[in-house]
Amino acid sequence: MIIKRKEFIQIGSLATASIMLPKFLKAFEGQAMVPAGNKVVVILQLSGGNDGLNTVIPIRNDIYYRSRPRLGIEKTKALSLTDEVGLHPALTGFKELYDDGSLGIMNSVGYPNPDRSHFRSMDIWQTASQSTEYVTTGWVGRYLDAQCSGCDKPTQAIEIDDVLSLAMKGQNINGIAVKDPKRLYGTANEKFFRDVLKNHKNEAGEKPVDYLYKTMAQTLSSADYIFQQSKLHPSSAEYPKTDLGNSMKTIASLIFSDINTKVYYVSLGSFDTHVNQEMQQQRLFTEMNEAVKAFVKDLKSNSRFNDVMLFTFSEFGRRVSQNASGGTDHGTANNMFLVSGGLKQKGLINPLPDLNDLDEGDLKYKVDFKNVYATILNKWLDADDKKILSNKYDHLNFI
Amino acid sequence: MSLTNQVKNQHLLWRAGFGPAVEELDDLSKFSSKQVYKGLVKASDKKPEYIDVADDYLKGLMLGIEEAGRQQKKEMPKEDKKMIQQKNREGVRSLNMYWMHEMVNSSAQLREKLSFFWHGHFACRNLNVFYQQGLLDAIRTNALGNFGDLLKAVSKSSAMLNFLNNQQNRKDHPNENFAREVMELFTLGRGNYTEHDVKEAARAFTGWGSNLKGEFMFRKFQHDSDSKTVLGKTGNFDGDKVLDILLEQKQTAKFISQKVYKFFVNETIDTEKSDWLADRFYKSNYDISGLMEDIFTSDWFYDEKNIGAKIKSPVELLVGIQRMLPMKLENEEALMLLQRVLGQMLFYPPNVAGWPGGKSWIDSSTLMMRMRIPLLINDADEMNVKPKDDDDQMMGRQNMENKEERKSLKGLIPRRQVINANIDWNLYVKNFENTEKEKLVDSISKILLQTKSAVDNDLIKQYSDAGSRESFIKTTTLQIMSTPEYQLC
Repeated sequence: MIIKRKEFIQIGSLATASIMLPKFLKAFEGQAMVPAGNKVVVILQLSGGNDGLNTVIPIRNDIYYRSRPRLGIEKTKALSLTDEVGLHPALTGFKELYDDGSLGIMNSVGYPNPDRSHFRSMDIWQTASQSTEYVTTGWVGRYLDAQCSGCDKPTQAIEIDDVLSLAMKGQNINGIAVKDPKRLYGTANEKFFRDVLKNHKNEAGEKPVDYLYKTMAQTLSSADYIFQQSKLHPSSAEYPKTDLGNSMKTIASLIFSDINTKVYYVSLGSFDTHVNQEMQQQRLFTEMNEAVKAFVKDLKSNSRFNDVMLFTFSEFGRRVSQNASGGTDHGTANNMFLVSGGLKQKGLINPLPDLNDLDEGDLKYKVDFKNVYATILNKWLDADDKKILSNKYDHLNFI
Repeated sequence: MSLTNQVKNQHLLWRAGFGPAVEELDDLSKFSSKQVYKGLVKASDKKPEYIDVADDYLKGLMLGIEEAGRQQKKEMPKEDKKMIQQKNREGVRSLNMYWMHEMVNSSAQLREKLSFFWHGHFACRNLNVFYQQGLLDAIRTNALGNFGDLLKAVSKSSAMLNFLNNQQNRKDHPNENFAREVMELFTLGRGNYTEHDVKEAARAFTGWGSNLKGEFMFRKFQHDSDSKTVLGKTGNFDGDKVLDILLEQKQTAKFISQKVYKFFVNETIDTEKSDWLADRFYKSNYDISGLMEDIFTSDWFYDEKNIGAKIKSPVELLVGIQRMLPMKLENEEALMLLQRVLGQMLFYPPNVAGWPGGKSWIDSSTLMMRMRIPLLINDADEMNVKPKDDDDQMMGRQNMENKEERKSLKGLIPRRQVINANIDWNLYVKNFENTEKEKLVDSISKILLQTKSAVDNDLIKQYSDAGSRESFIKTTTLQIMSTPEYQLC
């Protein structure tokens, strides 16, 4: 009852506030609340190029150990999934997920003519473009364009960050970046901005100034909306006190609320392990492991794990051979983790990369990442993947 | 209603330069825009000086590599390698700051603005400061000259050849990247050539490369000297000849003119105007000065629909503020952070296609950040926003425990900070000494804004400090700069 009353009060105050908003913002008022069972995607970007071979380890492959005399992770240290395959020792939670049937591992994911620049390759992943074309919108952004043309709900895709990634930018609609719902755009000038907005009389039009006012209006009202929602059912679970831990807790709290968000985006890095790879990957994986573990536990105890699909990706993997500085250099294809209570295919979805069949020392990709996107867009988010990816990609069977 | 000289001149100065400077305010209504444009052209007459920011230590190290190369010693010491990377990164940062300083202070506004345009057109990411200096010099030198010369200078720059993998483009192993981008992004535009043209052109560029000093090298033994067919022409072409063939295509003039129109006039292209420009540009054999004169002296450039119609790019915004409010920054790093957070860091374009511009500058985070800048430079707000990591620059070092390593990333890893700008208000405030008190907000607005609409004067007054005339002028200025309207020019 207490919670109900709190909800009532908060929704009440939001409604009052919106009376003063310009007309084109009223879209928020009659907005359909999202029922449980609503599917959500959480994208975890491993920035910097995570070393996939030391993530999902071919523990009986001589070529692997020969190529990495110093960096190779011994069979006895890896968390073994099968006779052939082990996980990085820090990924204990992922091993539990594997045993539990809620982890899928997609190997050898990449794209034709891979690029080794972080920025460019990340661009390709975030825009879902071919490596020969330059696209200025992101795939989640285009999902927003397709899902809500004409509506003002940028909260459908939220990035937990100060700055919005290209992935989240559409032609007409952008997602919104929020590091902490409590101090969103916390600025000395906030009251002025609100007054400026209230004072603006023009309706939404075609001129750039209208676009700026529209973005400003969406930003401020989304900030309020997200803040209100984050307080509705704040997660009471324990999360690690790390950046990613905090972000995952924010995401969980929003998932438990009535917010209309379908896609959450969060990054961890840097996995750019040219030197001292062991220490660096260990540290980052520990952060990832603890945060994801707490997140899954939280979702399960709130019966939402079946509705959430978390996946990881990195702009590229690393070369098969170690370098001379205790690290690895930029490579090509990589693996992805899929975490959900609703996976159709579990465990190792496809074979480990063939280390006998390399392209000048690099793994060859077998699965185009755009097939993974298409599958998630179509089968999980029920969206028009062909339109969003401007191409038809075959759907995979993990959903 | 005909527009006043002040409105037209502000429009001209925002487009042909980085906005009016405080010392120009007096003249804005005195001269016609034709006269002002003449002045701009004259001020950009001189060949620019080479910007050399690389420190002697790095130069020494680079000479060392050369020496080592000559002696066939393959590996240089690890510390040297690391030092070279660090010094290069610092070098590119200094280059960034130096150039931005030029944009703010140079009277050669037209040249720097054109250079800024070409910097986005010939977008190049390269961590070698010598290469970047060379490319910037090629661009600034040719910015107002002949487009063919500019295209050739850029195509022969070590920065671009390396960035687009032409070092790997050899007779027996062609690499098409360079040839493809030259056609797609630098000259013809997508859809105006075939895959076969790319393949054949790539063969003509085989052997083009650079040495460690960044000088152009033609490696004859790597060059494919057989016959090629590009865009219907056949011969034993080399790279120069292929660039000539691309320039012979009228489509190149059309492609460049459209891009110029979008950048300098309006995001929405008026094809009648851009075709007229292309026609004349082509006939003039690609005279860039002529093209700019055609634009800035035409009546249609001053049409109301073109005024205040452009969203300032982050660099235009940051430079524009500093031209109006001369300031000394204790903490110049903050400018780098703002460039990154707002999505436009000089010398780090997103890719070879450059910054897409227009509406793409604006999302909820960047818009709010833009509107906070005026209070940030006045130390009334705190920079509490963290940009995304740039792994191409940081190479994983941001995680290092080692303090020295982290220190080397100065400007890349932010701390919570204030900007510590020391604004010199004297000239600015003086400009309003004869303005009646009731008209202050209005006349400040007119100088700062290019849009027809503005935030209500009464609202601005509510947030201004009326303690003294001077503080009123200052706070009013900062509040107006914090509005959506100020994002436009």
